[in-house]
Amino acid sequence: MTVKNFKTLFENRYFIEDSGAFIVEKSNILDALHVIKNRDNYTLLLDMTAVDYLKKDSSKARFAVIYILRHSDFSQILMLKVYLDATLTLPSVTSLFKSANWAEREIWDQYGIQFQNHPNLKRILNHKEFIGHPLCKDYPITQGQLCTKTDDLMDEMTPLLKSKGYENFEDLMFLNLGPAHPASHGTIRNFVALEGETIVSTVSEIGYLHRGFEKSCENHTYNQIIPYTDRLNYCSAILNNIAFAHTVEGMLGVEIPQRAQYIRVIIGELSRAIDHLVCLAAMLVDMGALTNYWYLYNPRESVYTLLSKLTGARLTNSYMRIGGVSRDFYEGFEEDLRYSLKDIQKGVGDTLKLIAHNRIFHDRTQNVGIIKKDEALNRGITGPNLRACGIAYDLRVAKPYYGYDTFDFNIPIGSTGDVYDRMMVRFEEIEQSIYIIKQAMKRIPKGDIMLNNHSIALPSKQSVYTSIEGVMNQFKLIYEGVKVPSKEYYDAIEGANGELGFFIVSDGSGTPYKVKVRPPCFYAMSALPSMIEGGMIADAVLSLGSLNIIAGELDR
Amino acid sequence: MSETAVIIETIVKAVVVLSVVAGMGAFATWIERKVLAFMQRRLGPMHVGPYGVLQLAADGIKLFTKEDIIPQNALKPIFVLAPIVAATSAFVAMAAIPYFPEFTVFGYTVHPIVSDINVALLYVMGVASVGIYGPLLAGMSSANKWSLLGAARAVVQILSFEVVSGLSVLAPIMMIGSLSLIDINDFQSGGVTNWLLWKQPLAFLLFAIAGFAETNRSPFDTIEFEAEIVSGFATEYSGMRWGLFFVGEYANMITIAVLVSIIFMGGYNPIWFIPGAIVMLLKVSFWIFLFLWVRAAWPHVRPDQLMWVCWKVLMPLALVNILITGIVLV
Repeated sequence: MTVKNFKTLFENRYFIEDSGAFIVEKSNILDALHVIKNRDNYTLLLDMTAVDYLKKDSSKARFAVIYILRHSDFSQILMLKVYLDATLTLPSVTSLFKSANWAEREIWDQYGIQFQNHPNLKRILNHKEFIGHPLCKDYPITQGQLCTKTDDLMDEMTPLLKSKGYENFEDLMFLNLGPAHPASHGTIRNFVALEGETIVSTVSEIGYLHRGFEKSCENHTYNQIIPYTDRLNYCSAILNNIAFAHTVEGMLGVEIPQRAQYIRVIIGELSRAIDHLVCLAAMLVDMGALTNYWYLYNPRESVYTLLSKLTGARLTNSYMRIGGVSRDFYEGFEEDLRYSLKDIQKGVGDTLKLIAHNRIFHDRTQNVGIIKKDEALNRGITGPNLRACGIAYDLRVAKPYYGYDTFDFNIPIGSTGDVYDRMMVRFEEIEQSIYIIKQAMKRIPKGDIMLNNHSIALPSKQSVYTSIEGVMNQFKLIYEGVKVPSKEYYDAIEGANGELGFFIVSDGSGTPYKVKVRPPCFYAMSALPSMIEGGMIADAVLSLGSLNIIAGELDR
Repeated sequence: MSETAVIIETIVKAVVVLSVVAGMGAFATWIERKVLAFMQRRLGPMHVGPYGVLQLAADGIKLFTKEDIIPQNALKPIFVLAPIVAATSAFVAMAAIPYFPEFTVFGYTVHPIVSDINVALLYVMGVASVGIYGPLLAGMSSANKWSLLGAARAVVQILSFEVVSGLSVLAPIMMIGSLSLIDINDFQSGGVTNWLLWKQPLAFLLFAIAGFAETNRSPFDTIEFEAEIVSGFATEYSGMRWGLFFVGEYANMITIAVLVSIIFMGGYNPIWFIPGAIVMLLKVSFWIFLFLWVRAAWPHVRPDQLMWVCWKVLMPLALVNILITGIVLV
């Protein structure tokens, strides 16, 4: 790793762990992050999380907080780790990275670690009445709590309005945009203060769909987690499957067979295309362009038919396994795929014919909900939303996996970072995905779709039914799971919404010790208030739609 | 003719107009679904009756039997009054509209107009504009913030566009010299080339655009646009009270379609061999189809952009049009 400045400045004050993470003292963390960000150019704080070592190895300290950063060349990753003392406090880094704001709130919520000087340290995923911190290892997984009070959010709104110079709020109207609003995609609540129809300030509340994905993962084997990942971003379930399987395979240090890689590319890109279709269709409905909804949703339907033939499910496919994919293409798949792709292209083409040169559409979307380049990076936004700002960051190019470097495709980027750019980037990405699929279908090799490794892949049914080794192998893999060597590991793929990463801590057993998702829309959502303040309600609805917030992934 | 006979005749006419327009309004909802479905590559209602024709009966039964909910904090008398205002004003406005040429049945000449007032146009636009109280009262009495926003949008939008529609018809009136719709119709007798559309194209366009805005049709249906303000002024309404708003809206749509046909498109004058009544029906149908077509094709305008268009583009154009007409006439 090339962290020159950090290494020289912090000589003798850090050491490197087996996982590759740099261990820094608590007192140095702010300086260290400052150097890493400003001199070593690790400008994107991808994610922050904590680990509770209570049941693993609490000899050093019980809790550690981990910072995952990405270099401005977008290919290198750096992990910084701080072990906490008994006070469980840490200086907040929100002054350096705005993305740390919600990330630190989440750590406080889940682990009870306090961040000094944090502007607003309150629970984010769990309810405010919740007692305890659920991701601590001594919190029993079965202990539910009944929480009933609603949060009026005035504790956040009042200081926000005061900071904008409002002394009394008599002329303002407070309004809840959500959680049950026709245009809040999923259950998301935006509490706004209105002056006429202009939004003066906004406070978001998320967590309505929080179901403890990460806690559940600690109770299941690696392959059992795959159906859970379906429920993160349910518009592109397969990409979530791939991201998780890819990370675990990285921990195992194995590479899946060529054919399986190609299948992942093809189905993954198809999944990306339909995810974008959902986002665009819903957005156009929010704009009142209802016809486009059917133009874009009908092709999605044909893809779902194809996926249900291939995987057995329409929405939550669970198609991936650790070490490959669950089944090969069926007979006639190629023809179905060709039909579906043609459908998508027709739908996209028809929609563009209706809106691309429509003045009303331009007026509604251009220069609305702008987010600037630097702001977007600082807030940890990735994917199409970042590319719309003009930053060509795409993991498929920056750090190619599954042979993406051998495919010929472009990364569309925007220039202004407004709603229009975000939409058009998605339209073009659908085209590019189709282009990749066509190339992959031509080149896909014959061969295995699962690793031929009995400690990872299930044995063939033939050997299970006829030999004792087969029976035992099946039994061990199902009962104990795929054993992953003890590690702390982060890896990511380019999800439909941005960098979709998993940080996994394993203890050598078949069950992960800790799983943390890096959900791209969590960070996009935290940027929403800054985008919609000063605009109208109508703009707020479009801005929210254009970020493509998926509540399943946001709230986990 | 005796006075009693006139009263009876008027009542009969009023009932006929009311029931025919209400029926057409109901039928238009079915047409709307079917036309939209066709444009959007789906089927629309298919299950009730052949091609779903009886869907409107099913909808009617649903509306009538639905529980009538009045929110606890609502101002009850006004809440109840609002939908009635909306529907009545829409229907009362039709009193001065001639639908067909006069015809003779059994030696008795029927004038298919409830009341031939010499300021018919003024009357229609005046009464129709009372309809603004529907959304306004509904929104203010509902005790709901979405309703309030919807009411504010409704008042601003309808008031502004009434200015445009009023100014735009002024130019044709100057040419004709009468406010009676029958005179306006007769002015254009003598074929398609005599339509006012060709002499006053700008006024026609402005009036049509204002018509879309006043009837709350896409792309100007900001008043109760679901994705933004849930259901606007009608958020708290259910059952037949909501149904009255709905009927009023369709009646307004028909009124505007009839007005545009009479003022600018030659009214009920026969074309070639097609009798006047059929011509009128075709024109009105065309306009209703246009309303639906536009709805299927275009996204919405944002309320502030709508106001911008109204006051900075359409109104100056209407004034210029009046000025030019005046100069030409002098």
